[in-house]
Amino acid sequence: MVSVPFTAPSVRQKSARYRLQEWLPRLVLAPTFLITVIFVYGFMVWTGYLSLSASKMLPSYEYVGLEQYTRLWASPRWYVAIKNLAIFAVLYIGISTVLGLLLAILLDQKIRAEGVLRTIYLYPMAISFIVTGTAWKWILNPGLGLEKLMHDWGWTSFSFDWLVNPDMAIYTIVIAGVWQSSGFVMAMFLAGLRGVDSEIIKAASIDGVTLPTIYWRIIIPIMRPVFLTAFVILSHLAIKSFDLVVALTGGGPGYSTELPATFMYSSTFSRNQVGVGAASAVIMLMTVAAIMVPYLYSEIRGGRRNG
Amino acid sequence: MLKKLFTITAVSALALMAGYTAGPARAAEQSVEVMHWWTSAGEAAALNVLKKKLESQGIQWRDAPVAGGGGDAAMTALRARVAAGDPPTAVQLLGLPVHDWAESGTLLDLTSVAEKEGWAKELPPQLQFFSTYKGKYVAAPINMHRVNWVWINKALLDKVGGKPPATFDELLDLASKFKQAGITPLAHGGQAWQEATIFDSAVLSVGGPDFYRKALVDLDPKALGGDTMQKAFDQLRKLRGLVDANFTNRDWNLASAMVVNGQAGMQIMGDWAKGEFIRAGLTPGKEIVCVPYPGTANAFIFNSDQLAMFKANKDKQEAGIKLAQAVMDPAVQEEFNAIKGSLPARLDVPVNRLDPCGQKSAEDRQQAITADSLVPSMAHGHAGGAAVKGAYYDVVTQFFNSNTSSADAAEQLVEAVANAQ
Repeated sequence: MVSVPFTAPSVRQKSARYRLQEWLPRLVLAPTFLITVIFVYGFMVWTGYLSLSASKMLPSYEYVGLEQYTRLWASPRWYVAIKNLAIFAVLYIGISTVLGLLLAILLDQKIRAEGVLRTIYLYPMAISFIVTGTAWKWILNPGLGLEKLMHDWGWTSFSFDWLVNPDMAIYTIVIAGVWQSSGFVMAMFLAGLRGVDSEIIKAASIDGVTLPTIYWRIIIPIMRPVFLTAFVILSHLAIKSFDLVVALTGGGPGYSTELPATFMYSSTFSRNQVGVGAASAVIMLMTVAAIMVPYLYSEIRGGRRNG
Repeated sequence: MLKKLFTITAVSALALMAGYTAGPARAAEQSVEVMHWWTSAGEAAALNVLKKKLESQGIQWRDAPVAGGGGDAAMTALRARVAAGDPPTAVQLLGLPVHDWAESGTLLDLTSVAEKEGWAKELPPQLQFFSTYKGKYVAAPINMHRVNWVWINKALLDKVGGKPPATFDELLDLASKFKQAGITPLAHGGQAWQEATIFDSAVLSVGGPDFYRKALVDLDPKALGGDTMQKAFDQLRKLRGLVDANFTNRDWNLASAMVVNGQAGMQIMGDWAKGEFIRAGLTPGKEIVCVPYPGTANAFIFNSDQLAMFKANKDKQEAGIKLAQAVMDPAVQEEFNAIKGSLPARLDVPVNRLDPCGQKSAEDRQQAITADSLVPSMAHGHAGGAAVKGAYYDVVTQFFNSNTSSADAAEQLVEAVANAQ
């Protein structure tokens, strides 16, 4: 009886609220959406167009076809950059993942002071690549860092000159990159390990399965999504890595540690070759797309299948 | 209450508006915004001369420094500002970028003031090329640096009983003496531009000014890939053997510091290195011996800082022209260069306030003008455009840091230059 007078307005209110609920997210998201469309996708298209133009110092719109790509692929420096990216990406992603997983498994053994250790391993991620690069530049410099320390301690035959050796310098970037990122990967795996149902492990150990086998056959396969996430995050960090090279080696010795990102920057901003820079950016975008599109596709398809 | 609030709002709004109208009225006093990378202590002090001169004429100086990278960072910032339609009044430019900007049609034509003041009479003809575009003055040069210098620590030179080298073989002799005494012969920083700076001198030393111009200015493929160029690479290969093991990615001023504190015997670097020596309390010409790079005593590789003005509204353009006049003012050039250590761009400015090395530089320049051996530096963007310069850097630095043969390097140079054009 009493509720009757209230129902009518409440329905009206509901429909108004419903409409608001329907529109509010769209309204709130609209500016972000617009900004993303213009400043991310719009500029991607613009870069794509510039790579087909005669742009030199400033962008121009004279169409020259694939000339800038011809120039790009005729440059030995670009080949060095691509080769370095391949070396860097494979080692950086591989070592960071393995090391991260190993650290996570060891930390997961219910050890004492886990919180402290976890923080210590995770901290490098909070530092910018510039700081990491500069610190490692000093550590790896034969006249200042590790080599000198060993010599001062009496181990005079010790030699570690990768930083100044053109054939090995790219590996110093791998070392610094791995140092920076493996703690972060560890944190991801640790979260994954904590999500594994302990009943499975208990059941397996009752069946007499050894711990390494449990990890190898049961837990690691369960963590497949974590591997994928780690791979995607690390691979985009690898492809866009720029600051680490700038701080650690400056692209040197010679241009032996050039990466596509540093190549793109120098062509565009210090060599008056905006067209070549845009062409290299497009190639980088395609590389990222070649990795991300299959991943996104499988994720979306997988999501649908589960749903 | 509400009325009172309204009154307060209205009054403050009025006050704000008054403030806004007062703003432009104050700005009507002329001002120049100058974008540059003269940020080290000595450079900033030199620039202050120019600033004072303008302020004495009632023109306000608005500083827009962009530090670092031999101007790379400043050029990036400049591009962004021009693209956004908000260029500074004036910008420091080094070499051929003057032509690039003139070609884009954004630079202010200074021809009328240049003709009125007779700039053409007072500037070396080789330098005028960089201040003009299609017969019109678009930039005012303030100084000139000499690139082909060798700086030697006098105390170490005496210690090993050497003498300043006049030929490349003498330089190698001296280097081996340094080596025997446990001193690094050549202080060098492994950055592409520093290797290219040395290579400029090597090309001039081996081939002479005519070859230098043919190869690095005209970019003639035969000269770039020929025997003479290979010999220049041979020289560079020998110099590679004189550096210490940790030269990679060392800044040039740290290499100068090695000469200062006796770790290294000599450095091949342009005369801006003097600033480092003077700051360490050493006098160029006394504690630091200066000799031209062996085989280039009668020639002079130069680079020059210029100020170019951008087209703008009438007020700003007037101020810009006054700035150009101030740059070309003999008294300003004398004072500016006495502090900075470079030569005045004008030939009629007295140089007796410069250190002995600077005075020798001025004498050599005069001779080089007569002998037509004043050549522009490739490493510092005065011979090839930015893309060609980059290609030159690539080949030279790759050669210096690998075992590439001189013949292969010369071939790579031809290809890289062709690909950059």
